Amino acid sequence: MLKDQDRIFTNLYGDFGWGLNSAMQRGDWDSTKELISMGKDWIIDEIKSSGLRGRGGAGFPTGLKMSFMPKEESSRPHYLVVNADEGEPGTCKDRDMLRYDPHKLIEGCLLTSFAMSSHACYIYIRGEYYNEASNLQRAIDEAYESGFLGKDACGSGWDFDLFLHRGAGAYICGEETALIQSLEGKKGQPRLKPPFPAGVGLYGCPTTVNNVETIAVIPTILRRGAKWFNALGKPNNTGTKVFCISGHVNNPCNVEEEMGIPLKTLIEEHCGGVIGGWDNLLAIIPGGSSVPCLPKKTCDTIDMDFDSLKGANSGLGTAAVIVMNKSVDIIAAITRLSKFYKHESCGQCTPCREGTGWLYRVMDRMVKGEATPEEINTLEEVTYQIEGHTICALGDAAAWPIQGLIRHFRPVMEDRIKNYKQSHFTSAA
Amino acid sequence: MPKLIIDGIEVEVKQGLTILQAAEEVGIEIPRFCYHDRLSVAGNCRMCLVEMEKSPKPVASCAMPVGDGMVIKTKSEKAVKARNGIMEFLLINHPLDCPICDQGGECDLQDQAMAFGFDKSRFIDNKRAVKDKYMGPIVSTKMTRCIHCTRCVRFVEEVAGVTEIGATGRGEDMEITTFLQASLESELSGNVVDLCPVGALTNKPYEFTARSWELNKTETVDVHDAVGSSIRVDSRGREVMRVLPRLNEDINEEWIADKSRNSCDGLKYQRLDTPLVRKNGVLESSSWGEAFDIIKKRLIGLNPNQIAALVGDLVDCESIMVLKDFMSKIGVQNLDCRQDGSLIDTRRRSSYIFNSTINGIDDSDCLLLLGTNPRKEAPIINARIRKRFLRGDYQIGLIGDAFDLTYNYNHISKTPEGVTSIVNEKNNFYNILKNSNKAMIIVGMSVFTHPDVNNIINSLYLLCDKTNVINKDWNGYNVLHTCASRVGGIDLGFVPGKSGKSTKEILIAAEKQDLKFIYLLGADEFDAKKIDKTFTVYQGHHGDRGANVADVILPGCAYTEKNGTYVNTEGRVQLASKAVSPPGEAKEDWKIIRALSEVVGCDLKYKTIDQVRKRMAWQNNIFADINRVYDDHSFFTGSSEFISSIPFHYPIKNYYQTDVISRASKTMAECTKEFSLNNNKRVEI
Repeated sequence: MLKDQDRIFTNLYGDFGWGLNSAMQRGDWDSTKELISMGKDWIIDEIKSSGLRGRGGAGFPTGLKMSFMPKEESSRPHYLVVNADEGEPGTCKDRDMLRYDPHKLIEGCLLTSFAMSSHACYIYIRGEYYNEASNLQRAIDEAYESGFLGKDACGSGWDFDLFLHRGAGAYICGEETALIQSLEGKKGQPRLKPPFPAGVGLYGCPTTVNNVETIAVIPTILRRGAKWFNALGKPNNTGTKVFCISGHVNNPCNVEEEMGIPLKTLIEEHCGGVIGGWDNLLAIIPGGSSVPCLPKKTCDTIDMDFDSLKGANSGLGTAAVIVMNKSVDIIAAITRLSKFYKHESCGQCTPCREGTGWLYRVMDRMVKGEATPEEINTLEEVTYQIEGHTICALGDAAAWPIQGLIRHFRPVMEDRIKNYKQSHFTSAA
Repeated sequence: MPKLIIDGIEVEVKQGLTILQAAEEVGIEIPRFCYHDRLSVAGNCRMCLVEMEKSPKPVASCAMPVGDGMVIKTKSEKAVKARNGIMEFLLINHPLDCPICDQGGECDLQDQAMAFGFDKSRFIDNKRAVKDKYMGPIVSTKMTRCIHCTRCVRFVEEVAGVTEIGATGRGEDMEITTFLQASLESELSGNVVDLCPVGALTNKPYEFTARSWELNKTETVDVHDAVGSSIRVDSRGREVMRVLPRLNEDINEEWIADKSRNSCDGLKYQRLDTPLVRKNGVLESSSWGEAFDIIKKRLIGLNPNQIAALVGDLVDCESIMVLKDFMSKIGVQNLDCRQDGSLIDTRRRSSYIFNSTINGIDDSDCLLLLGTNPRKEAPIINARIRKRFLRGDYQIGLIGDAFDLTYNYNHISKTPEGVTSIVNEKNNFYNILKNSNKAMIIVGMSVFTHPDVNNIINSLYLLCDKTNVINKDWNGYNVLHTCASRVGGIDLGFVPGKSGKSTKEILIAAEKQDLKFIYLLGADEFDAKKIDKTFTVYQGHHGDRGANVADVILPGCAYTEKNGTYVNTEGRVQLASKAVSPPGEAKEDWKIIRALSEVVGCDLKYKTIDQVRKRMAWQNNIFADINRVYDDHSFFTGSSEFISSIPFHYPIKNYYQTDVISRASKTMAECTKEFSLNNNKRVEI
C-alpha cells in the first residue's frame, strides 16, 4: 500500500484548487530553476535510474527514450509532444491530472523539454476533454503570466513555449505517429517506423511523444530523487501508478498506488470489492480494452505491474482495470470491444482494415451462438493473422481481447453455439 | 555499403536502399501492391512482409532500409504465412468478379492470389460494397474492387501535382474519391489506371471492349506532342483499342499524357479512306489514277514560284523527305514545316532543339520558362520539372502568362520585356542563372510566333553568353516544340529555300491569288480560309480543316498505321511501328508522293522505305542513329535588343484538341466539355 507521503498526485480527486496558487502550495514549481541548473544529462540520468517506464501503455523506459534524441540541436528544432489523447476504453487517469493537477504536467513539460534541448512542446488533448482543455489552457496562461514559461522560463535562461492542441475524437490519434500526423494537420494515420520520431517526427524534426502521466511525475521524481521512486514498486516496475478501476466494483475510482500491488488488494482496499463479493468475479481486463482479459483464477494472485501481467499473457497497458462479475455476458463484452476497434481502425493497412471488420462480424454471431465450433479456430487464426502484421499497434489491440476470450472462455463460446443449434434446428427437424 | 543476407545470399548494396530493392538486385521478387518505385513509400498493403532475424515481428520490406548484418528470409514459414494472411484479408472484401472485370488477365491481385491465395474462402459474411465515384471522362471506377493501396492518391499528389484524389472515412469504410466527386483535372490522370493494381480504376473509353490477351501489342512512339513518349498500341484486328505507356527512362519514364492515351478513338472517325476530287464544288469519291491525273494537269505550265507545300504536325520524316525531293525536282522553294508561322532559328541544330534533354531536367539547378505552358504543351516534361522541383533547391522563373504549373515559380513578367530586365542584370534571376552550373532556359513556341521573335532570341543568346547557360559540359538552351514532325522537318530542311516563302508569306500569296497550287501534307493547323481560292491537294488521314478546302484529297496513314521516323523535341530520332492497317484505299504517305512523282514525270529513285531512310541519313546524318541525342555545346552570339510589351500568343488553347486525331476523338470531346469549356465547375467553399 502506498503511504500518503509518497503520493505524487495529491489532488487527484479535486479536493483542492487546480490553479497556480494551490498547485504551488502542493509543491509544484518549487525550485524548478535549480532543477534546470543541474543540467540536461543529470535530468536524463535521474529519470533513467528512477526506472520510470512510459505510462501510456507500452511501458518503454522513459529515460532511454529521451536519450534517443540527438544530443545537440542542429538546424532542426527538437519537439516534445505530450499525448493527452486519452481514448483507451476504461482509462480516465489523465483526465483527472489534466483538470485537477495541470501544473504538474506543465512543469514536467518544461523539465523534459529542457533535457531534450527542445524549446517547444505541444500537448495534444482529446477533443472530448473540453473542460480539461479549458483548465489546462488557463493553467498554461497562469504559468506564462508568472514567468514559468516563455522566454527565460523560471529564470533558467531556457526559452520554452507550450502549446495546447485539441484533437477531434479519433482513437487512432493516440498512437504517437498518428498523433504527429494529426498535429501537422494531416489525416490521423500512423506512420511507418523506421524512421522513429526521435529521428524524424513532428514536421520532420526530432520528437519525443510521452504520455501525460509520464511527464507529470517527472518533476516529483527529480525533486525527491530517483532513489525514492526506485524504492517504490518492484524491480524493473518501479514507482507509483494511477489505476482506473471501473465496472462491477462497489466504488469505481482512480487511485494512485505502488506498482506491483496485488490486483485483489487493489480492488478490495480501494474499490470496496467486487459487486456480489470476490467469488462473484468472472474476469478482469487489467490494462484498458486492448489487453486480454484474465479469468478469476489468475486475478486471485496476480500483481499489477508490467512484467507480472505480461507473464500472465496480458498487459498492464494504461492500468485501466475493468472488472466484470458473473452478470456479464463475456462474449458480448468482448464483441463490443471488437466493434470499437472496427470503428476506430484508420483503414490504412490491410490486416487491420479488413481484419477488424471480419473479427467483429464473427464475434457478433458468436454472441448469439450463430456459428460452428470450427469458427472459433478460424477466429483465433484471424487474430494471429492481424497481430504483428500491421503498421501500428491497433491491430494487436483488436486481436488481443479476442485471444484472451478464446484462451479462457472457449467452453462458454462452445456452449453458446450448441444452445443456438439446439434451439434453432432441433425443433424444426 | 551495408552487407546483408537475403535468403542465404549475401548482398552488398547501396546505403539507403530498402530490403525490397536489395532483394530485387539479387533477383528475389517480393510481392507487393502499394509499393511503386516512382512513388513515395506507403507500406500499407503489408504484402511485402518478410522475416528479419532479431525482429519479433515480420517487417515491411518496402519501407525498411537495409542495415549491415541483417538476415532476411523472404520464403520462411513465418513470411509466407504472413503473406497468405494478407492475401486472405485482401480477398475477403474484394468481389470475385474477374470474369467481368476489365483488369482480368493483367491484374496484380489475380496473379498474386494464384501464388498466395487459398482455394476457398473462410469468410462467410457479406462482402463490402462501395458506391462508384465519378472521376471524369477518362477514369472509370468500380470502387468495390479497391484494395486501398493509395497508389492513385500518391500519384496525383506527387507526380501530377494536383491534390484531387484522397481517402475519406476510416477503417473498412475508407473510400478513395475525388473531392466532391469532381473530375480528375490533370493532363496525366490516365496513369492512375495503369497504377491501380486491381480493377478499381479502369480506362473509361476502353471499358468492356476487349480482353488484354486478345490484343496485338505494338511498341511505337506517340505523336500528339513533341515529347515522343514511348507507347504500346494495343489493337484488335484493324482497330486500335487502347494506348499504354512503355517504360523509357530517357523520355516518359512510365507515364503518358491523357491526349496520347485517350485520343486513339479519334483514329476511327472522320477518316479519309478513298481519294476524293472536288467536282462542281463537291468532294466526290474517285480513284488514285484520276486524282493523280488532275494534279498532274494542274501542275503543267506552272512557275515553281506559284507552287507551295506545307507539312503538318503529325507527319513522319520519310514523307517529309520524299515531298521535299519531289518539290526540289520541280524547282519549288516555297516549303515550310512550321504551319503555325513560327520563325524558329534553323541555322544551327542546337538553336531549335531541347538541348539539355528531358533527363537533363533532373540534373539542372535552375530553370527559366519563357513563353511556355509546359503543363499543356508537354505534360510529361512538366512532370519532370515538378519532380526536380520537389527535390528542392530549385529556382524557377517564368516570363509570360501565369499558369498553374503544379510547382511554384517566380513570375518575372507577363510580357517578353522580362528578358530585357534579366539580360540587363536588373532582375535577380540573372544572378541565379549566372551562379548555377546547370541552368536551363525553356523557350516555348509562343516566342517564335511573337512579332519581336528576332529581338527576343538575340537577347536570349546574349543572356546565354553572359551567364552560364551554355558551358563545355552543359547546354541549357531548350526549345520546347509542340508538334511531333517539327524537329524532323527542320532537320530535313523542309523550310523555305533561298528565295522561298515561309508559311506566313505563302498564305498571303494565296490570298492574293499569286499562288496557284498548294500541297498540304497533313497540314491543318492554320487559317485554311486563306487558301480556298488556290488549288489545294490535301494528303492526310482525317477530314479536317485542310481537307475542307482541298480540291484533291489523297488518303494517307495515321501514326499507328505506318512505319515512320519521328524526331522529338530533344532531337532524338525514333522509329514508330505499324500496328494496324489503314482504312479503305489509304496508303503509306511516302509511297503516295513517290507514286505521284512518277505520274508527274519526275520519278524519285527510291522504292523501299530503307532507301528513303538512307536518303534521310544522307540529307542529315542524325538520321543514321536511332534514339541518340547529340551534344552540342557551341556558343551563341547575341545582342541586347528592344523588346516590345506585346503579350505572348500561346499555341495550345485547349489541351485536349490540338490535332486532327484528337479533334475526331469522342473522349477528347468529352474532356473538352468537362475541363476546357466549363471553367467554373468547381464548387467554391
